[in-house]
Amino acid sequence: MWTRSWRERWFFAGMSAFIIIYVILPLFTMFARADWKIVVQTAMDPVVLDALWRSVWTAGASTAVIALFGTPLAYILARRSFKWKATIEAVIDLPIMVPHTVAGIAILMTVSPKAPVGSALVSMGLSPINSNLGIVIACIFVSIPFYVDATRDAFAAVSPRLEKVSRNLGAPFGYTFFHVTLPLARRGILSGLIMSWARAVSEFGAIVIISYHPMVAPVLIYDRFATFGLKYSSPIAVQLILISLVMFILLRVFAVGESRFGRGDSSDQA
Amino acid sequence: MIRLEELSIDLPGFSLKPLSMSVSEGECFMIVGPSGAGKTLLLEVLAGLQPASGGKIHLKNRNITNIPPEKRNLSIVYQDYALFPHLSVEKNIRWGLRFRTEKSSGRNIDHLLDLLKLRDLLHRDPETLSGGEKQRVALARALAVDPDILLLDEPLSALDTLFRYELLDYLRKLNEEGITILMVTHDFGEVLALGKRVAVLIDGVLEQTGIVKDVFNYPLTTEVAKFVGMSNIWTAEKTGEHQVLLPSGRQLSTQLNGEPGPCIVGIRPEEIVPHVDDGYGERENMLAGTVTSIVHRGAIMEMTVDVDGTPFKTLVTTSDLVRKGFEVGTKAKLEVRTESVHIIKNGRNQK
Repeated sequence: MWTRSWRERWFFAGMSAFIIIYVILPLFTMFARADWKIVVQTAMDPVVLDALWRSVWTAGASTAVIALFGTPLAYILARRSFKWKATIEAVIDLPIMVPHTVAGIAILMTVSPKAPVGSALVSMGLSPINSNLGIVIACIFVSIPFYVDATRDAFAAVSPRLEKVSRNLGAPFGYTFFHVTLPLARRGILSGLIMSWARAVSEFGAIVIISYHPMVAPVLIYDRFATFGLKYSSPIAVQLILISLVMFILLRVFAVGESRFGRGDSSDQA
Repeated sequence: MIRLEELSIDLPGFSLKPLSMSVSEGECFMIVGPSGAGKTLLLEVLAGLQPASGGKIHLKNRNITNIPPEKRNLSIVYQDYALFPHLSVEKNIRWGLRFRTEKSSGRNIDHLLDLLKLRDLLHRDPETLSGGEKQRVALARALAVDPDILLLDEPLSALDTLFRYELLDYLRKLNEEGITILMVTHDFGEVLALGKRVAVLIDGVLEQTGIVKDVFNYPLTTEVAKFVGMSNIWTAEKTGEHQVLLPSGRQLSTQLNGEPGPCIVGIRPEEIVPHVDDGYGERENMLAGTVTSIVHRGAIMEMTVDVDGTPFKTLVTTSDLVRKGFEVGTKAKLEVRTESVHIIKNGRNQK
């Protein structure tokens, strides 16, 4: 790194500080101004606990489904070039561009009993509207790009030569994938899982259209805000943030502790 | 041992023209060519890591063209070692063993660890090894599975000079132990140091195959001639028995014979001996000219002498340069022995 003048230092520090404060300030304010008596009170409220738990597990379920189907796709996108690759990558990123209420309406039209997919689900005894299933379906839609993009980049950072050497020495494809590619891409994949889960746990727009009830935490927060005002909605928000933070920190600690060879690790550049 | 039959590769941006060649058991066969000639790709096709577009590969009289890589028993060693960074040296070396059923592998490993002096490194992390150590680990890992052929992809080019000589010795030892080696490189020096037979691959075309010394001394095409360091190449005219006429009108005697007509003449720079101009005029293959440039080529200097408009490149040592007083602008006399004048393209290079 070259020597920097104080002008440069202040420029970079000032610009960066704006972004960092922009993220931290509202969250900090929410914590600072929270009425902790009500926070404790709502923590005992079964309706709140039910919504928080639903948020956590539906986000987990949607992430699991995405990981199962998205991993092979991410691998192919990282390793092969083919005719429609750019188009597929653009399609994968569509949920980021589409307003979430629009996504909700699109999914609702697809899974409503009048549509083929919806009627198929209903005939299987499943109810995709106003149900946990509906929540998971909405979460999958909005979270897909976060997992697939991160995992694709993680796979791309693993040298294909390592896989070639493994195959060359007698290891079949599956063994090579689980013992070479996956351990080396683990950090990036974990980051994809966290992002995907976090996106799902914070989803409101799509869920509120497909499944107002049973309520997930963001819908409950909105419901309390609309009915009782800020005082009774912010405590749930504080709890949701706390749960997300704990999950985030746990996974990060786990990821850093376990993986020394993931994407962005300094040993890669050595 | 391995036989390629009209093997071709067709990929966007690169194609390998149908190529036939064979490597015998215990041989150290070299494929040499400039960077980007498709040498690594060829090795990967042999190992089954890239598909061939046409032709066949036979290993021990078995057609392996469509067999998956894990069932071919050809080990590849890459220039960048490709050691598994998440595993210790020992686990790297033992990687292929779990997929083998033969009981001899354990003994083989012990022998390899001694031969390649790896015992002290077994518990190390690959990242902490030097280039030479990494390459030895990669070699041991490739040989642990007792492959039919060891495929080497420029194994020396990423190494420092010191490690390069060391690894050359190891490779020689392995070959002496009966291991069949097929190595690709862009450095003809390595070919001379290690190989017995060589194939020259330029722009996806197999230009020449043969004994290393023959290819070095008697290149069949100008591409090969340039590649093996024959830096004096001119279009000329074969005028009569053992005579060629250079474009400058200068006549050169050669030991080669052939039909009169247009041809290409090649002379290795180290086969031209520069003398101080004695002022006695020219004799047969003794040409007088003026030094036009002197350039460092590592430990040796390349001196260009202009003879009637034809630049002759020759090599001189620094001490020779001082002793004979060569400088840009001084006169020099070049001695070209008749056996050093090669005719490259006159149909064939007749020996």
